[in-house]
Amino acid sequence: MFKWKTDEFSWVDFTIDILRILIVLGVVVGAWNTLSSGRISFAQWVNLFAAGLSQGSIYALIALGYTLVYGILLMINFAHGEVFMAGAFSTVFLAEALNRTGFLNEQPLLAILLMIMFAGLVSMTVAILLERVAYRPLRGSPRLVPLITAIGASFFLQYTFRGLYGSGFKAYPQVRILQGAISIGDINIPVVQVFVFGSALVLMLGLYWLVERTRVGKAMRAVSENKEVARLMGIDIDWVIMFTFGVGGFLAGSAGVINGMFRPQGVNFFMGFIPGIKAFTAAVLGGIGNIPGAMLGGLFLGVIEAIGPNLVLAGLGIPGANQLKDVIAFTMLVLVLIFRPQGILGERLSEQKA
Amino acid sequence: MKHLFLVLTVLSMLVCFSAPALADAHCMDELGCVEVGPDDPIVFAAILSVSGATSFYGEDSLGGVELAFLGRDGMLLGRDITLVVEDELCSAEGGQAAAQRVAADESVVGIIGTTCSGAAQGAMPILSEAGMLMISSSNTSPRLTNDNSDEGGTYQPGYFRTAHNDLFQGAMGAQYAVEVLKAGAVATIHDGDPYTEGLAVVMANTFDGLNGEVVFQGAVSKGDTDMTAILTEIAASGPDVVYLPVFVPESEFLVSQAANTPGLEDAVMMTADGSFAAGFAQNTGQAAVGVIMTGPHVAGESYNAFLELWAEEQPGGTDTPPSGFHAHAYDAANLLMDAVEAVAKEMDDGTLIIGRQALRDAMAAVENYDGLTGSLTCQEESPFKGDCATGTALAVFEIGEAQVNEGAWPPPIVWDLSMSMGG
Repeated sequence: MFKWKTDEFSWVDFTIDILRILIVLGVVVGAWNTLSSGRISFAQWVNLFAAGLSQGSIYALIALGYTLVYGILLMINFAHGEVFMAGAFSTVFLAEALNRTGFLNEQPLLAILLMIMFAGLVSMTVAILLERVAYRPLRGSPRLVPLITAIGASFFLQYTFRGLYGSGFKAYPQVRILQGAISIGDINIPVVQVFVFGSALVLMLGLYWLVERTRVGKAMRAVSENKEVARLMGIDIDWVIMFTFGVGGFLAGSAGVINGMFRPQGVNFFMGFIPGIKAFTAAVLGGIGNIPGAMLGGLFLGVIEAIGPNLVLAGLGIPGANQLKDVIAFTMLVLVLIFRPQGILGERLSEQKA
Repeated sequence: MKHLFLVLTVLSMLVCFSAPALADAHCMDELGCVEVGPDDPIVFAAILSVSGATSFYGEDSLGGVELAFLGRDGMLLGRDITLVVEDELCSAEGGQAAAQRVAADESVVGIIGTTCSGAAQGAMPILSEAGMLMISSSNTSPRLTNDNSDEGGTYQPGYFRTAHNDLFQGAMGAQYAVEVLKAGAVATIHDGDPYTEGLAVVMANTFDGLNGEVVFQGAVSKGDTDMTAILTEIAASGPDVVYLPVFVPESEFLVSQAANTPGLEDAVMMTADGSFAAGFAQNTGQAAVGVIMTGPHVAGESYNAFLELWAEEQPGGTDTPPSGFHAHAYDAANLLMDAVEAVAKEMDDGTLIIGRQALRDAMAAVENYDGLTGSLTCQEESPFKGDCATGTALAVFEIGEAQVNEGAWPPPIVWDLSMSMGG
């Protein structure tokens, strides 16, 4: 830490060290004040933590899409939030139909699986089309070009879906078996949160298996390592990139349905914007381009958002602490960029990737 | 040759300067006039939120305006009506930018807008300066009709509205909480928007004045989906009523998650017209049963006829209006057209001359206008300066099983101001 004692004195290092100390002090004092006041009980803390973990697993699923694409193309696909929206918004109509016929509550697991498959398929199609139409023609152009295109594509998708389904808000029907809570002593964990965390975990393990243990996963890793050499080895690069977009899209679509079970309301054409930004933050937190990093970053961000305002900000006497939830999330991003630019799990990137 | 050029230049300059002078000769208005040539259309502008998450409010008002034009076959004083729509993005910056575009177009006679109170605060200084007139169908912030800047007032001449002032609505919520629910402690939540914040403050102040205790005043952010943290904090303060005058979907998230928050089982959730949307009850699910709402109460035969016309014409592509301010927009557009009819003068060459100050005066003089939203009288005294609605078209609603399970809308009325002990 105190580098200036041994090395040459530097004002930048000094300021950053002071900043570090202040942040640590603020967190400790805030947390101490809150905990010693006993305003929030242990059971309530556990509830907040569990809700944060569930929210975080949704961020993680979306973040994987950012990180997969970055790993292989070194571009930030800012339209990925809209890929999530495409699946979630389209499937709400299927969910309503399944609810009307009663199938949703008679065969809940089958129905949810069906919905996840459908949403995954829709988002996958959107992601693949996006790659084919908007990004592939620009491959090899300066890095700013696909970035701007991604922002344009994001607006295009938003307003296309508004044209398709209208501007009103929709909601997922509530599934009966996901209601209620699991009680351990005076701690009540809602069943739906267990479901969210569990299904996200399954999907993440599936992705890990795909990337590490299959032939196509090996091809993905090869393309991400060096495109030219991979091409020389006979790998169809265009296909692998399309596949990567498809996988990211599928995960985002399933996150849409899982999110719909967890937070049923608020389904509209604009719903992908904020989760998109949060997931991007999560991907950077964990180390962009790193798959376990995106998972960890998502969970970490979800928990920090849920606990941070009540633990630290309220303890420091800051009014309207809960409105500052996003401030905590984005402050984390800034801090990571200052103190550990490669992210929590990221390795130092070579000049080409960074 | 040189002389000829000079003469031509001087002549053309004379023509340029004298043309407005000739027109001014007909215009005795201190703010200037709009001139509409014999074959030109009459141009109105709508500054509404037509994109982003709040676009359905804008579409709702736009539909009302379009039907009002349609009610006169799209003609006014024998000319076509043209409507220019500008997006205000539900923000002060958006309102400002839209107002600049509209103010630059001198052919605009009058404006319907804005959707959001925040946007009006950005737009009105520019429009007022340009001598224009704006009638809002959905701004409800008390600041907009208050001309005392010490009280936070931002009134600008030329501003009118057919939507109710939140001084009525916030107070109504507090009265209902005290008189009917017998609540002793209230928690309020807003989302930082001047509209929601204004309502939360008026409600808290009135509640406090009625000997109730305000135990929590907090805020969420627009776009939040996870309300666990704030609800946990509210539960710790133990309120009888949680007043959340925020928009959908934040209100839907709050109500549905409050049902699962330990400590809030017995608290009554109360929301306002920002959540008065047909989808609220079904989207929120079972947790919505028992939710109290204050909102616009529009009824009667002429309103039913309006709804039938909506279903027939489907402005914006929907069978039913997406929110609760379409009737206010319909009234606003008709008031504007009546005012134009009252003050426009036709010249011998068929040109229409419409005085801008005369137009404002005509609006200010509106008395007992029989609109869809009830009887409208535009007031001149702050804090109701430019308020044309009197607050009588408001009621308290309670959501029941029929709204959640069958989608019946609006919910039944449980109370209105005539039932108040205070009268």
